[in-house]
Amino acid sequence: MNGPPLLVVDRLCKRFGGVSAVADMDLTVPAGETLAIIGPNGAGKTTFYNLLSGRMKPSSGRITLRGRDITGLPPHRISRLGVSRSFQINNIFTEMTVRQNVEVAVTAKQGQSRRWANRASANRVVQQEAQSLLQQLGIAHLGAQPAGTISYGDKRLVEIAVVLATRPELVLLDEPTAGMTPEETARIIAMVRALAKTGRYTFLVTEHDMRVVFDVADRILVMHHGRELALGPPEAIRSNPDVRQAYLGDEETELVPA
Amino acid sequence: MNSFLLALLNSLDIGLLLFIIAVGLNIVFGVLGVINFAHGALYMLGAYLAYAGIVGLGLPFWVTLLLAPLVVALLAVAIDRGMLHFIYGREIADSLLLTFALLLILNESIRLIWGNGIHTVEPPWPLQGTIAMPGGLRYPSYSAFVLLVGLLTLLGLWLLFSRTRLGKIMRAAAQDPEMAQTLCINTRRVITATFAFGAWLAALGGVVAAPMRAIDPGMGDKIIIESFIVVVIGGLGSFPGALAGALVLGLIHGLGGRYLPQLDLILPFVGMALVLLVRPHGLMGARRV
Amino acid sequence: MKRLATALTLLLILGLLVALPRITPYFYIFIGTQILIMGLFAASFNLVFGYTGMLSFGHAAFFGTGAYATALLLQGLQWPLLACLLVSFVAGTVLALAIGALCVRLDEVYFAMLTLAFGMMVYGVAHQWRSVTGGSDGISGFSVGTLGLGIDLTLGNPAVYYYVVLAIVVVAGAALYRICNSSFGLVLQAIRQNPERVAFCGLNIRTYRLAAFTIAGGFAGLAGGLMAPFLHVASPDLAHWTMSAEPVLMTILGGSGYFLGPFLGAAIFVLLETWITSITQAWMLFLGIILALMVIFFRRGVLGTALVAIRRRRSGTS
Repeated sequence: MNGPPLLVVDRLCKRFGGVSAVADMDLTVPAGETLAIIGPNGAGKTTFYNLLSGRMKPSSGRITLRGRDITGLPPHRISRLGVSRSFQINNIFTEMTVRQNVEVAVTAKQGQSRRWANRASANRVVQQEAQSLLQQLGIAHLGAQPAGTISYGDKRLVEIAVVLATRPELVLLDEPTAGMTPEETARIIAMVRALAKTGRYTFLVTEHDMRVVFDVADRILVMHHGRELALGPPEAIRSNPDVRQAYLGDEETELVPA
Repeated sequence: MNSFLLALLNSLDIGLLLFIIAVGLNIVFGVLGVINFAHGALYMLGAYLAYAGIVGLGLPFWVTLLLAPLVVALLAVAIDRGMLHFIYGREIADSLLLTFALLLILNESIRLIWGNGIHTVEPPWPLQGTIAMPGGLRYPSYSAFVLLVGLLTLLGLWLLFSRTRLGKIMRAAAQDPEMAQTLCINTRRVITATFAFGAWLAALGGVVAAPMRAIDPGMGDKIIIESFIVVVIGGLGSFPGALAGALVLGLIHGLGGRYLPQLDLILPFVGMALVLLVRPHGLMGARRV
Repeated sequence: MKRLATALTLLLILGLLVALPRITPYFYIFIGTQILIMGLFAASFNLVFGYTGMLSFGHAAFFGTGAYATALLLQGLQWPLLACLLVSFVAGTVLALAIGALCVRLDEVYFAMLTLAFGMMVYGVAHQWRSVTGGSDGISGFSVGTLGLGIDLTLGNPAVYYYVVLAIVVVAGAALYRICNSSFGLVLQAIRQNPERVAFCGLNIRTYRLAAFTIAGGFAGLAGGLMAPFLHVASPDLAHWTMSAEPVLMTILGGSGYFLGPFLGAAIFVLLETWITSITQAWMLFLGIILALMVIFFRRGVLGTALVAIRRRRSGTS
């Protein structure tokens, strides 16, 4: 967990008209960390992700990845630099099979996307990688199914497979366990922890499920009204009075009692 | 100097007529999210109905000016209920395909009813002469009339959108269809009304243009391309953009027609290409977030 | 099993096509040639539409350009046909690159609009530029001499020309098929379904869209190059938007989701056109009505609707 910071966010702001969705965010994330981001709905978490992944341009501020300024770069450039994100709403290729979904991402990552005279269905290199990813997530048995016909939870797993297929260094997971069964949630948690343990991945995870948060996070960032409310290790956050106050009356989140 | 002034007036003339037609296209796009490829055909229908009314039925010009756009608007309601209604909610490509099919249907129907030949319509009697202008110029009275109609349309639309409830509803539906629905605005009816209104504007343009242009089955093609260029230059979905684009294209035609007549065909496309290179969303179009 | 059935069906169709001049009345040689050329034209359109998800209403710009290229070369320089076709292919590619570069950055509504506009620009140029294109009369008075590559054939004979067209369309079709099923083709299909997701996988979708559009322009140019000797004229109509409408309708008719859809659609279209124009002048009207009905009720086309029905029957009886 030591080493130069992977991600540095410097006074990041995003304004829509007169409203600040993200205001003055400062953040430093070391490589290999798992940082959970929590906050009530509308706190700016998704906007923050949009800014980091290039989906939106910031109004002001800077984002640096491994010392390289990525502020305002388009999504495909940022993705190539090693950032990958999942979406709250499933963002997969519903008309393709599960396997093809992952193959698209692998094809892109491995520089195979320009091959115009091969047979995509016979591309061993791509297929092997896709298959192993599906196995890791436990959905290999769904490989030949059209992605639009599988269950919601399985769709989320496909989404995560696609996210991981581009072999990112920084993974932005946007409410990865939303709508999943406890078994599926456990699978996700195990996967994140196993990957984090290798030290090769840095995770940002937004979540409403506090059990997941306290299970995987090295640090927790609490956002409120687009700003940082608190940042620190789980125990510090748990006992932080400001955080408790922000969550009073918010029925969706319950801080896990110490 | 005189010829330059004349060319400038010409530009204004052409520009405002283009505005009437292009703004209808823009309004329909704003609310329906779809470009109506048949918009030019509706303009042409307006012109042909003017011809049918004046030459066929002996009606005065002013009567056809009133009636023809209404007839076309009613037809548009039927088209919306009978065709577009079915694919409401489907992907945009389906709507585009359908209006394209509509273009074929309207174009050919007009050709079948009125034939391939060119028809002409005389301007109404009081507007057949010229007006004296400073500097000894003489400007066609009918062109002045077109200017007037264009300005009235501009004013009328501005009032409609900023002052009336209907206008505000249309703007709301354009900006956020889901929100409009939750506010119990009957979106379906707004859509039909908007489509009919766009058709009305197109046909109005057609009637107004009839005494000035040759009425032939190719006029719809010409105007729809012109409208596209206007909307691309000005910015799709932008009301001031439609005006800006129309005036720019009017200038290209008016000045280009006078000083570079051999390039008259290609200049508008060059203008459009330039705008696409520099400001892809148009001079006044909204840039994506 | 499925692959065997598909392969056998294809072989059967190919066999019928080869036997066509022997087994049908003479007139059908012309029908067959037209179907093959238009099928290639429509298939090139479908690379852009069905595979990459871009609706272009100006595809005839490339078709017409290809026709003019071949016609001019045959008229002026009497080049062998294959050389002319190569130039037509390149001409279509270059024009598609130029137009595509302007249009591809924008969303689908703009794209449809712009392709129509630029298509009509090409039509306008062909119509006005009398000194080069012959204006509204077009280029005529040329004949096809040699094929090229030292192959000696009387290309003036319709049956011989039919076989040449068949060979070229099969080769071009196979190349197009290869492209559609490649890794590149997979990416194109992904772009159609979810362009944003593809961008987030690290690909610049604009580049891929432009590449697809350019390749499609080339094949459309090739089809146009085959058309000019068939019609014995290259006229501006070949670039008009009504000509652009034909591959659109053929693809929707046959089914945009399948590689052979446009070819099937071309066959249905040409046969329908031949039949209807013998009865009435209002063919374009029928074209519009059929397109509207297909889009509303049978969006998947004949192939799509048939395959869904077969699948349903199979799962129903099991």
